[in-house]
Amino acid sequence: MSGLALQNVVKEFGTFRAVNDVDLTVPHGTFVCMLGPSGCGKTTLLRMIAGLDLPTSGAIRLDGEDITRVPTHKRDLGMVFQSLALFPHLTVGENIAYPLRIRNAPKEDQQRRVDELLAMIHLQGYADRPVSKLSGGQRQRVAIARALSISPKLFLLDEPLSALDAKLREAMQVELRQLQQKLGITTIVVTHDQREAMTMADTVVVMSGGEIRQAAPPVEIYRRPADSFVADFIGQTNLIEAESDTLGHVRVLGQPVPGLSLLPGAAKATLSIRPEDVRLTAPGAGALSGTVTFIRDLGGTIETFVDVAGRQIVAVSTPRARPEVTVGQRVGVALTPDCCVVLRK
Amino acid sequence: MSSIFRQFYFFLIALFLALPLIVVAGVSINQKQTLAFPPEGFSVSWYGEIFLNPEWRNALLASITLAVLSAALAVAIALPLAWFLWRRVAPWANIFQLLGVAPFTLPPVITALGMLTFWATAGFYGQPWTAVVSHAIFFVTLPLVTLSLGFTSIDRSLVEAAATMGADDRKIFRTVVLPLILPYIVSGYAFAFVLSLNEYIVAYMTVGFTMETLPIKIFNALRYGYTPTMASVTILFVLTAAIIFGLVARFGDLPKLLGAMASEGK
Amino acid sequence: MRREPAQTLGDYTPLLFPAAMLTIFFVVPFGTMIAVSFFQRQQGGFYTPAFVYDNYARFLSAFFGGVLGFSLMLAIAVAVCCVVLALPFTYLLTRMARSVQVLWLVALLSVLSLSEVIIGFAWSTLFSRTAGITNILVALGLMGEAQALTPSFGAVLTGMVYQAFPYTVLVLFPALVRLDPTLTEAARTLGASPLKAFFTVVVPALRNTIVATLIMVFIFALGSYLLPQLLGRPQHWTLSVLITDQAIYQSNMPFAAAMAVFLVLVTLGLVALTVIAGRKGEAA
Repeated sequence: MSGLALQNVVKEFGTFRAVNDVDLTVPHGTFVCMLGPSGCGKTTLLRMIAGLDLPTSGAIRLDGEDITRVPTHKRDLGMVFQSLALFPHLTVGENIAYPLRIRNAPKEDQQRRVDELLAMIHLQGYADRPVSKLSGGQRQRVAIARALSISPKLFLLDEPLSALDAKLREAMQVELRQLQQKLGITTIVVTHDQREAMTMADTVVVMSGGEIRQAAPPVEIYRRPADSFVADFIGQTNLIEAESDTLGHVRVLGQPVPGLSLLPGAAKATLSIRPEDVRLTAPGAGALSGTVTFIRDLGGTIETFVDVAGRQIVAVSTPRARPEVTVGQRVGVALTPDCCVVLRK
Repeated sequence: MSSIFRQFYFFLIALFLALPLIVVAGVSINQKQTLAFPPEGFSVSWYGEIFLNPEWRNALLASITLAVLSAALAVAIALPLAWFLWRRVAPWANIFQLLGVAPFTLPPVITALGMLTFWATAGFYGQPWTAVVSHAIFFVTLPLVTLSLGFTSIDRSLVEAAATMGADDRKIFRTVVLPLILPYIVSGYAFAFVLSLNEYIVAYMTVGFTMETLPIKIFNALRYGYTPTMASVTILFVLTAAIIFGLVARFGDLPKLLGAMASEGK
Repeated sequence: MRREPAQTLGDYTPLLFPAAMLTIFFVVPFGTMIAVSFFQRQQGGFYTPAFVYDNYARFLSAFFGGVLGFSLMLAIAVAVCCVVLALPFTYLLTRMARSVQVLWLVALLSVLSLSEVIIGFAWSTLFSRTAGITNILVALGLMGEAQALTPSFGAVLTGMVYQAFPYTVLVLFPALVRLDPTLTEAARTLGASPLKAFFTVVVPALRNTIVATLIMVFIFALGSYLLPQLLGRPQHWTLSVLITDQAIYQSNMPFAAAMAVFLVLVTLGLVALTVIAGRKGEAA
């Protein structure tokens, strides 16, 4: 099979299990983002793929070959570190040529490849500059070019854009994605920024507590989160308990929601309702009733916080569809089955 | 494989550092008064000798007195200097920082000879207190460096906070700065103490003809041949140093004291 | 609290005691030594004030040229041995668990604090015929008969490397701790074996540190005043040994002082080099 496969990968540091039994298949040429809060094991997983850490158990396969115990320098990868790790004693050109020099490539080939890569990252003429004289964005590009100079089998990036300011980061995300599509290279990015993951990835892998919670395309992650962690971590959501009676009628906070059904055999479940799917109405029939507690007007969107039987529900709307409510007013919260995602746990 | 290589390399270094001390420890428990290794018989009497033989005991007492006093004087010189340099902008005062570091950086013979000519000229040559002053100046570098490190690690906003609460300079020093700098004072003192205990050349050139510290006593004994007490004193010194540095490491941040400020990661 | 200039004369009071102590007991003795280096030696006694260059003129002999040359050569040999041994050691040490690091640091500090007298005694014991390392080799059957390894040049070099090794590690330690560990990891992901990464990344990135350390260890080794005497033959004596010898046993203070001044000049020149190397390191 062509691509990367992780099989039952476990990593323990002493008694702490940083990565717990992870299975993942990354087909050749896909762009995967590993997303999760800090300490979720995503960086450890990336370091094991790079060979910088050894798994306690499990196997890592690349194009069908078991590389679990292959030393890092024989894996033919390209990696961009969070700190970038540009060699301070080498120039831009020497940094980019380093992987070729290590492999004893002929001088002319090194020179040609450096020129190609500098053109690719729009830094022609920078070959002889010291890396310390570059701006943050330029250093970023050099690190990427260096990682790609041998056309690696795997392109790994550990929080590659975290040092950049917000505007530059967004531009680099687009650039990185376009570059990856042009080269068709299997790419794995570790990030804690969900916008970054949504922008770039074919597949988003959400991790928590050393485990993969869901691996799916970005829209599916957002629209059909597997569990409450994913629903809550990706975007904003309202998590509300629902109960089903013996006849299969579902009630949410005491209010019947016709047409909604829970998983077969379950009497209780948690629903995820995205704030943009919550509609505020006049209090009364067919809707939960609550009190507006706070209105946050962010200009582009308006968030209305409603207290329903002690639970807080957030509704988001655009200024055009602004609900005509004020703090303290009693309102209805309309729920329809198609806006409720029933979570597994 | 590289891990085995590394362990072997570390083992060789450890062996290199420990081997002379192991042999000395071995001869220190010889039963007879001969220099022999592996030891013949077993006896700790040469350790008792340090405390029972009046010559060795006097040298031990002289060494400890010298180390206690000179380390205290070194800290007394270093503390106000380091504090002033941290508190005030006074570029020219850095000359004193330089003067404080110089005695330890220059070859020790130079400081020793300077002291010898100075005390001889001043007419105090051979008096015990001159050794205390000489050692304090020679080792002032150690508390000065640890204290300078310590002051840079104090968050200046703590001092500002104390000032907003009504404390003046003197009160701030006593209630905020001093408690925070105390670990550095202790370790600076410990470094100076251990090195003073071991120091030979400066002590020898200042008071060597009138009194004996332990290193002087060992050297004098060495010139006239071997006695096993030299070995037992050596081991006593190594253990003292290891215990004191061990305590500094136990209650302080040794890597940080040695200049490893950026302790990211492990 | 911002650092601020001293406002009143009273603000300078903390400086009073340290400044006085350092001036009276370091600057003045140093000056005294320089003055004495121009004095006339008096047979039997100490010296009389004068202004003669005789003491310096005595350097211009083949004998002192030889001593100086040997001192410099020995110090260079010690510095090179120490840095070659200590650089990979310190690098690996900074990558180890903190508790292991602390243990090693305590051991290194303990060895570093040992006086030359003790180091000299320990090594002369280890190299002796009756209690030395050769006895172990005999016991292992690797050697026929125990023999003395001292006095010899090898013994002097070993003793001085022993003395300077902990110092070298402690000088290298801060720079190596600060070295970004991802640099070597990056080199490895880019195809360098650990050994190749050490030589293509760690060593060049630390070039200025290494130069500065070489110079500092060189100065440290120049100061060794007893080991060449205890472990070597008279032809292995260094400038520091000669200064001690002249000052104490020959009672020729002016000549000892003149040699000391000369040694200071050599040392200061090297410190200046270190500072320049350090500046360059910061700029890069």
